[in-house]
Amino acid sequence: MFSGLPLFPEQASSFAADVDALYFFIIAVSAFFASLIAILVLIFAVKYRRRHDQEVGAPIEGSLPLELAWSLIPTVIAMVMFAWGAQVYYDLRRPPAEAHQIYAVGKQWMWKFQHLEGPREINELHVPTGRPVKITVTSEDVIHSLYFPSFRTKIDAIPGRYTTLWFEPTKPGRYHIFCAEYCGTMHSGMIGTVVVMEPAQYQAWLSGGAGEGTLAEQGARLFQDLSCNTCHLETAQGRGPSLKDIMGKPVQLTTGESVMVDEVYLRESILNSQAKIVAGYTPLMPTFQGLISEEGLVALIEYIRTLSPQAATAPAAAPAPPVEAPAPAPQGDRN
Amino acid sequence: MLDTLKLPERHYLNNGHGLKSWLLTKDHKRIAILYLISISAFFFLGGLFAVGIRLELTTPQGDFFQPDTYNKMFTLHGVIMVFFFLIPSIPAVLGNFLIPPMIGAKDLAFPRINLLSWYIYVLGGLFALFAILVGGVDTGWTFYTPYSSAASNTNVIPTALGVFIAGFSSILTGLNFIVTIHRMRAPGMTWFKLPLFVWAHYATSLIQVLGTPVVAITIIMVFVERAFGFGIFDPQRGGDPVLFQHLFWFYSHPAVYIMILPAMGVISELISTFSRKKVFGYSFVAFSSLAIAVFGFIVWAHHMFVAGISVYAAMVFSFLSFSVAIPSAVKTFNWTATLYKGSLTFEAPMLYVYGFLGLFLVGGLTGLFLATLGVDVHVHDTYFVVAHFHYIMVGGAIMGYLGGLHFWWPKIVGRMYSEFLSRISAILVFVGFNLTFFPQFVLGYMGMPRRYHMYPDEFQVLNVMSSAGAAVLGLGYLLPVIYFLWSLKHGEVAGPNPWGASGLEWRTASPPPTENFAEVPTDIPEAYEYTPHVVREAKLV
Repeated sequence: MFSGLPLFPEQASSFAADVDALYFFIIAVSAFFASLIAILVLIFAVKYRRRHDQEVGAPIEGSLPLELAWSLIPTVIAMVMFAWGAQVYYDLRRPPAEAHQIYAVGKQWMWKFQHLEGPREINELHVPTGRPVKITVTSEDVIHSLYFPSFRTKIDAIPGRYTTLWFEPTKPGRYHIFCAEYCGTMHSGMIGTVVVMEPAQYQAWLSGGAGEGTLAEQGARLFQDLSCNTCHLETAQGRGPSLKDIMGKPVQLTTGESVMVDEVYLRESILNSQAKIVAGYTPLMPTFQGLISEEGLVALIEYIRTLSPQAATAPAAAPAPPVEAPAPAPQGDRN
Repeated sequence: MLDTLKLPERHYLNNGHGLKSWLLTKDHKRIAILYLISISAFFFLGGLFAVGIRLELTTPQGDFFQPDTYNKMFTLHGVIMVFFFLIPSIPAVLGNFLIPPMIGAKDLAFPRINLLSWYIYVLGGLFALFAILVGGVDTGWTFYTPYSSAASNTNVIPTALGVFIAGFSSILTGLNFIVTIHRMRAPGMTWFKLPLFVWAHYATSLIQVLGTPVVAITIIMVFVERAFGFGIFDPQRGGDPVLFQHLFWFYSHPAVYIMILPAMGVISELISTFSRKKVFGYSFVAFSSLAIAVFGFIVWAHHMFVAGISVYAAMVFSFLSFSVAIPSAVKTFNWTATLYKGSLTFEAPMLYVYGFLGLFLVGGLTGLFLATLGVDVHVHDTYFVVAHFHYIMVGGAIMGYLGGLHFWWPKIVGRMYSEFLSRISAILVFVGFNLTFFPQFVLGYMGMPRRYHMYPDEFQVLNVMSSAGAAVLGLGYLLPVIYFLWSLKHGEVAGPNPWGASGLEWRTASPPPTENFAEVPTDIPEAYEYTPHVVREAKLV
C-alpha cells in the first residue's frame, strides 16, 4: 500500500547495518512486550467485564514471584540492549588511526568542509568509498550538529571545541547532510549533500579542486602572514617554543603540569595564548581570539602537524594515497 | 434512584460569591479551580501554536510562515506546554483538590502558601505572555546556549524569567504536599493505606523541591550572561556551552517525571475503581514511584550522547537510563495484573486508562531506543525523539490528566457530564494522538531533524498524516470543554460516589463542603477495599 513510502534511510556506511540490526532487535523486543500487554488488557476487558451491579473483583493482593519475574526479566533484556548499544557506540565514537581526515566548521547557516588536500566545500562534501573518513568538527557561532542519516551518525559542532565523528562510506551516491541541533532562523536550511564516490573518481575530483594548495600549505602561508615564524623558530632559540616534533607528545608547562599536544591544546594556545605557557618561556604571545577564522585555525594546526613527521604516519592502505598523508587520530581524544 | 439525588445545600462552591471570594480563597479546592482555569487557558494557547506548526509542516516548503515565526511557534508551544501546562497540570489541579480529602484532612498544611503559589504561577505566566506580545522568543524550550545567551535577538529574558518565577510556584506546591502528606493524615491513615495517587504526588513533590532550584539557577546564569555579558556559557567569553546542557537537563529530565508520575497515580486510582479491585502489588507500585523519582535525577546526560561527552560517561548514563525503565515496566505489569479477575466497566475514565496504557507503553518502549547508545546517535534530535516524548508527556501525562478530570469531575462540580460524548472524546484523543505521533517515529528514523521549518520532499506523506491526526486530536481536546461546561448547569446530580469508588474523597458530599468532611473520618479502611458490602454502601449514600 505504501510502496512509495520509505521507512528507512539508505544504508551507505559500514555502521548503517549495525545500527539497523540493533534497531530491529529493540523493535522485536518492544513489539513482544507491547503485544503481550495489549492482548492481556483486551482479553481481560472482555472476560472480566462487569456482569451485574453488585459484582466486585477477586481479592488479590499481589504476588512476589510475579513482581520479581517482571522486574528481573526486563532488567536482563535491558542489559543486553545496553551492552549491544554501548558496543556500537564505542565503534562509532572511535575513529581508526588511519582514517582520512577532513575538517568541518558549522556556521549560521552553512557547513564548510576543508580537505587536507586543499579543496574547500560549502554544504557539499565529497568522500571516497572503502576507507574510513574522520571529520573534526567545530562551530563559529552557536551549537550545530553534523548529521548524516545514511551513515547513521552525527556529532554536535560546539563553538570553542573540537568534536569528531567518523564513518566508512560503502555505497556511492548522494545523501543528505542535516544540521540536527537547532541554531536559529535558517536551521532547516543548513542542509547539504554528501557525495560518496568510487576512490578513482574521488581522486579525480580532488585533483580538480586544489587551487590554493594543500591545507598544510595554506597553513604555512598563514603562519608567515601572522608572523608566527618570527618567534616560533625551527630551533629552540626563538622567543616561543619550537613547534617541531611536538604533536602527540606531552609538554611541560610553567605550572609544572604537563599536557598532551593535540588539536585542542594548539587551538587553545593560539586563541588564548596565556592559558598554558610552556616551561622556560615568557607569556609574550598576543591572543588571536577574533583575529583568525576557524578555517585558519585548522590550516595552522595541519601545518604544525607536518612539522612532526613521525606523528603523521603512513597513509591509509587503500587506495591510491592522496597528496598529503592523512593525519593519525590524536591520542587521548578529549571528546 | 438518581432522581432523588440533590446537591448538598452547603458546599465549597457556594460558600462565598463574587470574584473576591475566589481571588482571596485559602480553600485548596477553590485554588485547584483557579489553577484549572489558568492551565486550561495556557493549554489551548499552546495548542494554538501546535496548530500553526502542523499547518506549516503539511508542505515541504516554508509557505505558511516565515522561518522566524515558525521557530517562535515551536518554542512557545514547548515553553507553554511544559512549564505552564504539564508541570502544574495534575499536581496543581487534581493533587490540590484531592490530596486533603484523600488523606482525611481539611486542607493542605499551608493554605496561604497554596494561594501564593497560584499567584506566583500567574505572575510567571504573565511574563511569558508579555514575551509573546512583544514578539516572542525563538530559542526552543530548551534555551540552549550560546544561542539563547549570545545569538538570539528575541525576548529570551522575559520568557526565561517567566519560567524562573513559575518554578517557585512548583517548589511551593511540592513543599506543601510533602508537609501535608507527613503531618495532616487523619488518625489511622497510615502510609500504606494511602491511595497510590498520594504516593505518586509525594514522589513528584520531592523532584519539584529538589530539582526546580537547579533550573532556576541555570536561568539566572543565562540571564546574567545575556544581560550583563558574564562569560558562563559563551565560549567567546571563556564560557562552556555544554555546561548549560548539564545544568538544564539535571532539572528538565526529572521534570518529565513531574509530569508522568502524577498521571501514574491517577491511573492507579482509576484502574482500581473501574475493576473494583485492589491495585495489584500496592507496595511495588508505591515504591516504584519513589524509585523513578530517585533514578530520574541520575540520567540527565542521556540528552547529550552526541554533545561530545566522553564515551565512558555516555555508557554510564545509558546504563542508568535503562535502570529507570524498570520501575515503569513494573507499574505497567501491575496495572495489567489489576485487571485480572476484576469487575470491569468502561466509562470514559476507564477508556482513558486503556488509552494511557497503550500510549505509555509505546512511549516507554521507544525510550529504550533512545537509552541505547548505538541507536540514539542516529535518532538524537530527530522526530523520533519528538514522537517519543509526546507519547510520554501527551500520551501519558495528558491522558492521565483527562482521565482524572473525567473521574473526579462529578466530585469537583457535583454533576455528571454526557457519558456518550465523553466516550467519543476519549476515542478521538486516542486515535488522533496515534495518527499524529506514530508517523513521527518513522520520520525520525528516516532522519528528519526536529525543529525544521522546511524539509526534503520524501518526508511529506508522513508529515501530512501527522497533521491530519492533529486535527482529530484537537477535536478530541475541544469536546470535553463543551460537555464539562454544559454539565455545570445541566448535568445530572452525581451524588457523593457515582462510581462506587473506595477512596475517602468519595465519602463526602459532591461537591464537598469547604472543610471537606462534616466530621474527620476515623474508620480508615485499607486502600482500594472493594467488597460487595462496600459497593452497596457506596451506591446508597
